[in-house]
Amino acid sequence: MAKVTFDKDLCKGCGLCVKACPKKIVKLSDELNKRGYHPAQVTEQDKCIGCAFCATMCPDCVITVEK
Amino acid sequence: MSEKVLMKGNEALAEAAIMAGCKHYFGYPITPQTEVAAYMAKKMPKTEGGVFLQAESEIAAINMVIGVASTGKRVMTSSSSPGISLKSEGISYLAGCDLPALIINVQRGGPGLGGIQPSQSDYFQATKGGGHGDFHLLVLAPNSVQEMVDMVFKGFDLAEKYRMPAMILSDGTMGQMMEPVSLEKGVVNEYDKSWALTGTKGERKPNIVNSLYIAPEELEKLNFERYERYKKIEAEEALYEEYLMDDAEICIVAYGVASRVAKNAIDQARAEGIKVGMIRPITLWPFPKKVLSEAADKVNKFISVELSMGQMIEDIELAIRCKKEVLLCNRTGGMITTTEDVLNKIYEANGGKN
Amino acid sequence: MVVFEKPNALTENTLHYCPGCTHGIIHRLVAEALDELGVTGRTIGVASVGCSVFTYNYFNCDMVQAAHGRAPAVATGVKRSDANNIVFTYQGDGDLAAIGTAETVHSAARGENITVIFVNNAIYGMTGGQMAPTTLPGQKTQTSPYGRDVQTVGYPVKVCEMLSQVDGATYLERVAVNNVANVKKAKAAIKKAFQNQIEGKGFSLVEVLSTCPTNWGLAPEKALEWLEENMLPYYPLGVYKDKYAEEK
Repeated sequence: MAKVTFDKDLCKGCGLCVKACPKKIVKLSDELNKRGYHPAQVTEQDKCIGCAFCATMCPDCVITVEK
Repeated sequence: MSEKVLMKGNEALAEAAIMAGCKHYFGYPITPQTEVAAYMAKKMPKTEGGVFLQAESEIAAINMVIGVASTGKRVMTSSSSPGISLKSEGISYLAGCDLPALIINVQRGGPGLGGIQPSQSDYFQATKGGGHGDFHLLVLAPNSVQEMVDMVFKGFDLAEKYRMPAMILSDGTMGQMMEPVSLEKGVVNEYDKSWALTGTKGERKPNIVNSLYIAPEELEKLNFERYERYKKIEAEEALYEEYLMDDAEICIVAYGVASRVAKNAIDQARAEGIKVGMIRPITLWPFPKKVLSEAADKVNKFISVELSMGQMIEDIELAIRCKKEVLLCNRTGGMITTTEDVLNKIYEANGGKN
Repeated sequence: MVVFEKPNALTENTLHYCPGCTHGIIHRLVAEALDELGVTGRTIGVASVGCSVFTYNYFNCDMVQAAHGRAPAVATGVKRSDANNIVFTYQGDGDLAAIGTAETVHSAARGENITVIFVNNAIYGMTGGQMAPTTLPGQKTQTSPYGRDVQTVGYPVKVCEMLSQVDGATYLERVAVNNVANVKKAKAAIKKAFQNQIEGKGFSLVEVLSTCPTNWGLAPEKALEWLEENMLPYYPLGVYKDKYAEEK
């Protein structure tokens, strides 16, 4: 089963991962992180296919993907 | 003492650099320093690990120097006045990055394209700046082909000791003239180079060679530290030669080719009974302030003999705190002061012939 | 099993780039290439001036900071100091294609065995969005507020096309990081540019079309679209020169 982890406080909320996700499960949180951004997160982890598209487009190495 | 050979100043200097273990030279053609590049082009490929590269510009050449210097290796470039202006950016970066390197300026007349005849009009540029920011260059001023050789070893040694760029401020006369010279290997000591970029090999943290500090507190701190180093250099490394100063009433201050002319004039004036001597700065930065300041208590007048519009004279006046009058004896634009010019100035300082 | 994580050749320092700036992706691709080729320990990077000025904080290898435009000359010195060094420059468009044009062309002409990563985002980012040598005709910037008027300021410089005429250049490719497929192609090109150096093949340059959401005045995902619609037609992707492929 695929697992995607976001290092919340590294995220700048740019949303490039949101756009890249083929399953549309990456969303920006309503909450703010330490740096004042709305960090990206995955709410429906079970739908993740571990394609790492989100991580590929992330400019800040926020995302780790396991499969 | 090794046997003497007859050599041109520029070529003797280049040979000395190779003897000093400099295996990288980057240059660009400009008169009157081109023999240095030509000599390096001939010799470097025959030297083990030797690299000669003619860059696309003086700017590129000095940046190649920065590249080699950042790896901790001995490196040199040479140029003449307009070319040194182009190198000034890189010289500032060398200083800001605390990198040792040797830069040769075989001076010609300026400003602008100026001329190709010998001059000393880059004194301000060499001693007061040579680029933007708070920094100094070590500046060595040879007055013979032999010193062109000796200063190369001294220059590399001081540059590496204090991690800063050094300049040999020569001129067209020194570069072009031939004299007997002893090519004896001078001393360049080995200093710590743990800062050098040699690849981490996965065994240490990355080394960074950089001159950018966005936080003003940090930049100020580094500049203060660098100036502490400069203070030590001023206290310990100033070099000069005294000539007939024991009983002198008039003190000539001259460096490089001008000091040779001055010496002839002093000998003639002495023969006429005028008590004149000379303090010849061998390092222009650090400037030999102490010996000049002491001389100011003994002599009546100073004469600055220089091939520029009165540049070094300002340092003399500062060194002696204007205690005594300093006369200027100068030619410029590629013209050389004659013995007669200096002699006449000595008479003026003496209040006429004896 | 971890299938994607931060490469070891990047330090723990947080990138200073604006949200959505694709510099971060390109940094990661360079780091992945160094990791995969196993050369980080003998790599010396040359930082330039512009937004990428702080790259020396981000790569886990020895780094030297060069003056504006001079990175290829500094890299030449580093490489000539020891041929075993793997040397790369990381330069923006203002640095490489305006103030550093001479250093770029001549390091290519000499066939310096170095790798040049050229980030083209059609604008000066660090100084706040001025017209770059690669700013598109009609593109509005702080110093071309009515749009780049080619009648008065001329045309953008197409670096890969220009260098393809230089005999000394070995490998020139233009890539983009606007989507996953292109990022993967960019990675392959960057890795090849380092591989060439390891094999002593000479000068390799990868031009990476990148975004500047802040100075383009666009949201990050809109900036990717702007790149696709405006930059890709003017700066076609592809291999502009591959000396060794031609010889096969």
